[in-house]
Amino acid sequence: MTSQVSSPAEQADPAEQRGEPSHLAEQRSPAGGPGGTKEVRRLDRVIIRFAGDSGDGMQLTGDRFTSETASFGNDLSTLPNFPAEIRAPAGTLPGVSSFQLHFADHDILTPGDAPDVLVAMNPAALKANLADVPRGAEIIVNTDEFTKRPMAKVGFATSPLEDGSLDAYNVHPVPLTTLTIEALKDFGLSRKEAERSKNMFALGLLSWMYHRPTENTEKFLRAKFAKKPQIAEANVAAFRAGWNFGETTEDFAVSYEVAPAASAFPAGTYRNISGNLALTYGLIAAARQADLSLYLGSYPITPASDILHELSKHKNFGVRTFQAEDEIAGIGAALGAAFGGALAVTTTSGPGVALKSETIGLAVSLELPLLIVDIQRGGPSTGLPTKTEQADLLQAMYGRNGEAPVPIVAPRTSADCFDAAIDAARIALTYRTPVFLLSDGYLANGSEPWRVPEVDELPDLRVRFASGPNHELADGTEVFWPYKRDPETLARPWAVPGTPGLEHRIGGIEKQDGTGNISYDPANHDFMVRTRQAKIDGITVPDLEVDDPSGEADTLVLGWGSTYGPITAAVRRTRAEGHRIAQAHLRHLNPFPGNLGETLRRYDKVVVPEMNLGQLATLLRAKFLTDIRSYTQVSGMPFKAEQLADVFKEAIND
Amino acid sequence: MTETISEGFSSIEALSLVPKADAKQSMKDFKSDQEVRWCPGCGDYAILAAVQGFMPELGLAKENIVFVSGIGCSSRFPYYMNTYGMHSIHGRAPAIATGLATSRRDLSVWVVTGDGDALSIGGNHLIHALRRNVNLKILLFNNRIYGLTKGQYSPTSEIGKVTKSTPMGSLDAPFNPVSLAIGAEASFVARTVDSDRKHLTEVLRQAAAHPGTALVEIYQNCNIFNDGAFEPLKDKQQAQEAVIRLEHGEPIRFGADGNKGVVRDRATGDLKVVAVTAENEADVLVHDAHATSPTTAFALSRLADPDTLHHTPIGVLRSVDRPVYDTQMSDQLEAAIEQKGKGDLSALLAGNDTWTVVG
Repeated sequence: MTSQVSSPAEQADPAEQRGEPSHLAEQRSPAGGPGGTKEVRRLDRVIIRFAGDSGDGMQLTGDRFTSETASFGNDLSTLPNFPAEIRAPAGTLPGVSSFQLHFADHDILTPGDAPDVLVAMNPAALKANLADVPRGAEIIVNTDEFTKRPMAKVGFATSPLEDGSLDAYNVHPVPLTTLTIEALKDFGLSRKEAERSKNMFALGLLSWMYHRPTENTEKFLRAKFAKKPQIAEANVAAFRAGWNFGETTEDFAVSYEVAPAASAFPAGTYRNISGNLALTYGLIAAARQADLSLYLGSYPITPASDILHELSKHKNFGVRTFQAEDEIAGIGAALGAAFGGALAVTTTSGPGVALKSETIGLAVSLELPLLIVDIQRGGPSTGLPTKTEQADLLQAMYGRNGEAPVPIVAPRTSADCFDAAIDAARIALTYRTPVFLLSDGYLANGSEPWRVPEVDELPDLRVRFASGPNHELADGTEVFWPYKRDPETLARPWAVPGTPGLEHRIGGIEKQDGTGNISYDPANHDFMVRTRQAKIDGITVPDLEVDDPSGEADTLVLGWGSTYGPITAAVRRTRAEGHRIAQAHLRHLNPFPGNLGETLRRYDKVVVPEMNLGQLATLLRAKFLTDIRSYTQVSGMPFKAEQLADVFKEAIND
Repeated sequence: MTETISEGFSSIEALSLVPKADAKQSMKDFKSDQEVRWCPGCGDYAILAAVQGFMPELGLAKENIVFVSGIGCSSRFPYYMNTYGMHSIHGRAPAIATGLATSRRDLSVWVVTGDGDALSIGGNHLIHALRRNVNLKILLFNNRIYGLTKGQYSPTSEIGKVTKSTPMGSLDAPFNPVSLAIGAEASFVARTVDSDRKHLTEVLRQAAAHPGTALVEIYQNCNIFNDGAFEPLKDKQQAQEAVIRLEHGEPIRFGADGNKGVVRDRATGDLKVVAVTAENEADVLVHDAHATSPTTAFALSRLADPDTLHHTPIGVLRSVDRPVYDTQMSDQLEAAIEQKGKGDLSALLAGNDTWTVVG
């Protein structure tokens, strides 16, 4: 699932193509394994889901397994899924937090439709996740939690471990809590403290099962608890105990190998990266490439806050982060910094965009560069803070008073957030305009391998500030006109305070073309509105590339943003079953690529899957008068490949 | 005064990073080519003239001066100043100016706002700018009415005020902007009056020299919608009773021949106005604008009667040194470079956990 993969068709995923449960793709391997005594099987891919209470450390466990897997060289894709409450009541269904990880010896695109292995730390975790687990999958349960009260809390009248309701699964009952406490009995910890390490016991067990390297996790634990060495060593001990338990107990007869995905990746240096981290690095890189200082004005909001946190760590790059009193002040400060010549950014989610709308309109009128990063989440209103959605597209497109066009850029994968941020900065700086960067919760929190770019591969984003007069009056006087435009880009000059002779005033009132002075002249307003629109319409964006290996498809699937992974996985499946389907994915939502209309007209049927009620479809119909088959889902979860493949086949056969 | 470059300002911390003008400036250097469009007789004209007249005294390169405003009559101010300027949106000027001032410490940033702009729609940004102590000079033109929207009551209008939107009288209790600012941890709070050029200029002088956020409330007459609102402070006769001129280090006395004074009520600790006698003369409070505690400044701000304006203190109520936000922000950047070295993008992108795929 890397953004560098040349073309989906060349990097097909055999198991995803077949749509088979991945364990069926396994091969026997003669022997070996960690201890050399148990059977080892080879798999080409595995989907694991860790599930427990919000306080059980499932996100940390998932992150660690991911890091081990990344450093081992598998391709991977993750789906953290957690409640908005920091600690929902223990043992309840709303309090369940999970982390799904898909890893493979080849190129993959999604965190996987259904887990092959579920680790359930308590009855609530089992109950909340069981419906997603296919028959025959493995379920590892913490039997210590399956006592009367925790079971009653989630409505299990009898124990599912005993009443036969899990007969269709391969269940491993493990007393995780007891084993952890036993393993830590010499540490002098209270029962409660010792219990906390049970997630590390589970991680150790899974690390054994899948032959994950362990050194980095031990290093990580010692660094994380550097101030509490006793806790650090307890966690390491629990982690090792879990590993040894897998090695010795008879219940786990088989371990699995998933070879590194070397052939899926072009040569290079790789790391694992989440969308928000990639986006943050993209901002820092863009500022460096533009030779400008980076200024973030922001207000904490899920799921965007991590960008504020991360940027605030990099002050040695000259990055200024300002945590404002509210969303409005966040963008206000950013706009002020933009006036002063900084690469200015505000980060938020949908509710924050609503509050920033007026300032975005001012930025449109002032024609200053500004990045508005919207990590979309479920709406409307507070909606689903920790879940994903793509329903801010029309807000980004139209959510302002007056004619206030703003370019929109949307990353397609977590790693792609880096490139998208740089692209958004390029547009903002070149055209002197606010730009929306529309990521979402799925990209933000999910992670995947990323080929670390060389700094000299990055584009040159340097800008030229105005330094002198740009206009000659009839009487020969040289003057500076803040709204005299570049004839090619229609961008106005960026004259920053401190430049002698260019003192000028700008504002939200309509300006006279050229001079920028207040003007209420009807013809001038008409001209300025159309010119601002023409500037955005004229932004250079690359043509849309269509992937159609057969060259004969009559159905096109068109997506935007984070649906890229599931759509591409579904396209591979559809093709593997012998169907023809063309695929294209939009990065630029405003303006659209120049060849989009012509591309749409080439196909009899155009399917547009979106995690909203058809916002892109609405734009396409309005702009191109073309029929769109809108397929939508607003569950707060990404599409599944199988679900989309069914939709594509239905369209093809229609 | 308009022809001088003061040497006093070149050494003060608040402006130490702002480049100086390389030649003498005059008032007309600060007049833009735009026609001033306030109503004839508006108090804003007097304030504009006072500010334009004062600017040469600062001796700063005028390209390093920025006026940022919100929306309202007063917020047209930047258009008339031949400096950099931004006429932004309603209430948000302090936020925008904060971004500018914290990213560009070589600029002298001024905010021009009104009672509706600063205290109603922009109240949140004002109080947070004050508590942060960003290097901003905020000029709050208070005319106790909405002018640009044609005469509705404002957050400083007196209770019972009959306006277009309150035909039976306003029900809102007004803000006292000075009290509000002191409560919001402001490090510099002053009040002055549009028609008193000398006093206004002296307050601007002290505000400009203050490191951090300075809030200057300027009582300003709206001769169209609220004419004479500050008459008790302007009419010579009435002003004797109404105005308390505060001077740091001086006893707080006013009235004909200073026959009134402010003393502390021993029973409550609050301040009160008394007739000064030989016996109580020693008890008259000496104004200390630099007092660490804001308590007395706050008590002074409460002496004014919001209806009659009697006992309205003008001058600098509070001026204390507090860490300045933008200075500290820059210090953190420098400290980070000292601790970690200048940012290395390659190293950042690679992080600590990489693996290599050989082609």
